[in-house]
Formats: sequence, structure tokens, C-alpha cells
Amino acid sequence: MFEIVVITVIKVSVVMMAILTGCAYSTWLERKVLARMQNRVGPTYAGPFGLLQPVADGLKIIFKEDLVPKNAEKVMFALAPIVTFVPAILTFAVIPFGADRILFGHHVKMVISDLNIGVLWIFAVTSLGIYGIILAGWSSGSKYSLMGGLRASAQMISYEVSYGLSIIGVIILANTLSLTEIISKQSSDSIWFFENWYIWKQPLGFFLYLTCAIAETNRAPFDMAEAESELVAGYHTEYSSMRFSMFFIAEYANMLAVSSVGAVLFFGGWNGPVLPSILWFLIKVFLFMFFYIWLRATFPRFRYDQLMSFGWKVLFPLALLNTMVTAGFKMIK
Amino acid sequence: MFEVFFPILFLFVLAVVIALIMSGLSVFIGKRTKLGKKDEPYECGVEPVGNTKEPVPVKFYMVAILFILFDIEVIFLFPWAVISDRLGMFGFIEMVVFVVILLVGYFYILKRGALEWD
Repeated sequence: MFEIVVITVIKVSVVMMAILTGCAYSTWLERKVLARMQNRVGPTYAGPFGLLQPVADGLKIIFKEDLVPKNAEKVMFALAPIVTFVPAILTFAVIPFGADRILFGHHVKMVISDLNIGVLWIFAVTSLGIYGIILAGWSSGSKYSLMGGLRASAQMISYEVSYGLSIIGVIILANTLSLTEIISKQSSDSIWFFENWYIWKQPLGFFLYLTCAIAETNRAPFDMAEAESELVAGYHTEYSSMRFSMFFIAEYANMLAVSSVGAVLFFGGWNGPVLPSILWFLIKVFLFMFFYIWLRATFPRFRYDQLMSFGWKVLFPLALLNTMVTAGFKMIK
Repeated sequence: MFEVFFPILFLFVLAVVIALIMSGLSVFIGKRTKLGKKDEPYECGVEPVGNTKEPVPVKFYMVAILFILFDIEVIFLFPWAVISDRLGMFGFIEMVVFVVILLVGYFYILKRGALEWD
């Protein structure tokens, strides 16, 4: 009992620090990569390669004035960033980030909680993030916020359906909802260490997952929620200082979360030869994040009606088809 | 049980505490000035007209209702996907029937134009 408590406290604190640092440095990565893709330099002054930029940004933003618009719903306005932030962090509770280890004579699982319904947990928790966004949009008392919040929530619930459907293929193959077991089923001892990854059996499922994940996290080309050219900044127009940055941390935490889930479900999680398992996991997540930023630099934004009809008329039937074809193939075998 | 749920509870508490600290930081440390119309909602420099507590287009409610219907149906697929091996052919045919019924509803809302957005 005592042992579990101590291990948990250490593990959770380390993961929490890792998430927050990861979010901070994702902003650095995004600015740097975007800049390079647009033939600019990006942040360079704060530290080597601008590596201290996130620290400088964080310090600056703490000392900014915290404005509350006069016709805002004060309580909800204060609550919204917290409601957005907490579910984004909670997603990481079930994500395995490495193989089991013996540390200081204790058997430590490299996952916060090995929940046997991990996939369901992820879907339950990511859906909660919508509340924060709609609360923020509605409580700000600004039309831009309201429009952004409405659009974002409609978009997120539309893509939620295909998001859920897109990974049922993987669950049919793995026959479990536990992420640790899904990873162990993708392991392979041969030299072709990637032969059992589910991406080979679920290419369409992966494409659907990726598309829906981008739409779920409100990223380009699906960033209707904060379409700068029409809605200023969408649901967080009226937010300033640390509350504003909490929405950003939540957005990057969500990106890291869907990247991790994608790596776990389709790319064998921490499986990989030679290098330590945690490093393999980080490499895969990094590649996902890089792809996100690459997309942002490449694609223009969708129009809202295109976005909605793409979600309902293309992704949903495709996801259903993918599920039934996967199940059919498994029956034939 | 404890081993599985205590870490989640601890992570939740830690996340809430950090969220409270972060949203409190600027309130206490950030500077405060009361100058003119700073707390007006943003409107590109012109005076805001009307308020935001107005009805929103019914389309958004429609999407929300459709989401609930379809998401519940997606949730039905999860338990089947987990034990699809044990259910075998019987389970598969049952699911095909289920999905066909789902598709009838889907094509109905498609034909009625519930998914048109203009």
C-alpha cells in the first residue's frame, strides 16, 4: 500500500512535469519548424537556438494583466480554462510510455494506471474538453467568442463519432481495450520489428484516426475554432495572461495525447529495437507532432460547411465501412 | 482496485491544483490598471452592438442531437469489438444487421437534408 502510494506520487509528478515541459517545447518546435518552412529563422535570441523562448514566454505571460470583460459570466469565465486543462492532462493517465522496469528494487510499470478499459477512458476524457470550450465561448460575452465556441463544439462532436469508429478496427484485431495489451500484441522479436504494427492491417483506420484527431484538437487545416481571419481568436478571444495560456497548454497537451494514442494504437507504442523503450515512444510522438506542424504549414483552412459535410458524409461512412470490412476479414480467417 | 484508481485520482487532484495555481498566478501577480474601456468585449475598435445572449442557429442543436444518436451507436460497437472472436459468425451477422439499421437512419437524415450546412 505505502509502496504503491510512493511510486504513484513520484510517477505522476514526473509525468506531469514531462507533459508541461512537452507542451512548452511543442510551442518552440512549432514556431521553429513553421519558420523554417516559410524560410524564416524563428526564435533565436533567447538561449541557443531560441531554446529558452518558452521560459521567457511563460514568465512574460504571468506578469500580464488578467482582464475579465464586463458582460462576462464571471464564474464560468474563470472555470472554463480549468475545465479545458484538466481533461487534457487526464488523458495521459492510461498511456503506457515504456516497458516495465526494475527501479531501486521495485517493479515499476511505465504507465500511470494500467486501466483495462484504457481506450474508453481516453474517449470519455477527450469528450469532456468540449465543455471547457463551449463554456469559454458562451461566458465571454463577446460575439467572436460565441461564434468560435459554437463552431468548435459542433466540429468536435461531429468528428467525435468518426474518431470513435476509426479505432474499432484496432480493437477488433486486438480484442482488448487495454493499451498495454494492445502494445504487447504489436511486439515482434524478428528483425522486422515493425511487422506486427496495426498500421499495416489498418491503413484506412489510421488515416481516419489521424484526420479526426486533427479535427478534434482544432488544428490546421481544421482550425475553424480560431479562424484568425474571421473570428479573431475564436473562443479565447477575451482571455488574457495565464488563463489564455492555459487554453494553449491544453491544446498542446491534447495534441501530445492524440499523438501518443496514435503511436500506441497504430505504431506499436514503445516497441522498437536497440534504443530504450521510452526513447522509441518519444520518437514516435515527436514524428506525429512534426506531422501536425507540417500540415499547418502546408494546407489552407477548410470552409465550415465543407468541414461539416466532410465529417458526416465522407469520414463517417468510411469509418463504418472500415469497421465492418475488418470484422469480415477476421471472420473469414 | 486501489493500484488502478488511486493514480488516476492523484493525477486528477494534481491537475486541478496546477490549473488553479496557474489561473490564479496572473490574477495576483499580473499588473492591474483601470483605464477607459478595457473591459469592453473585443470588436475591432468600434462600439459593440447588441448582446450575445441571443438564439443561435438551430443547425447546432441538430448536430448535437445527431451526435448523441450516432455516438451511442458507436459505443454499442465497442463491447462487440472486444469479444468479436468469441461471438464468431453469430456476432458478426448481428452487427451487420445493426449497422444496416443504423445506415437506414443515416440515409434518412441525409435525404432530409439534416447534414446540409447553408
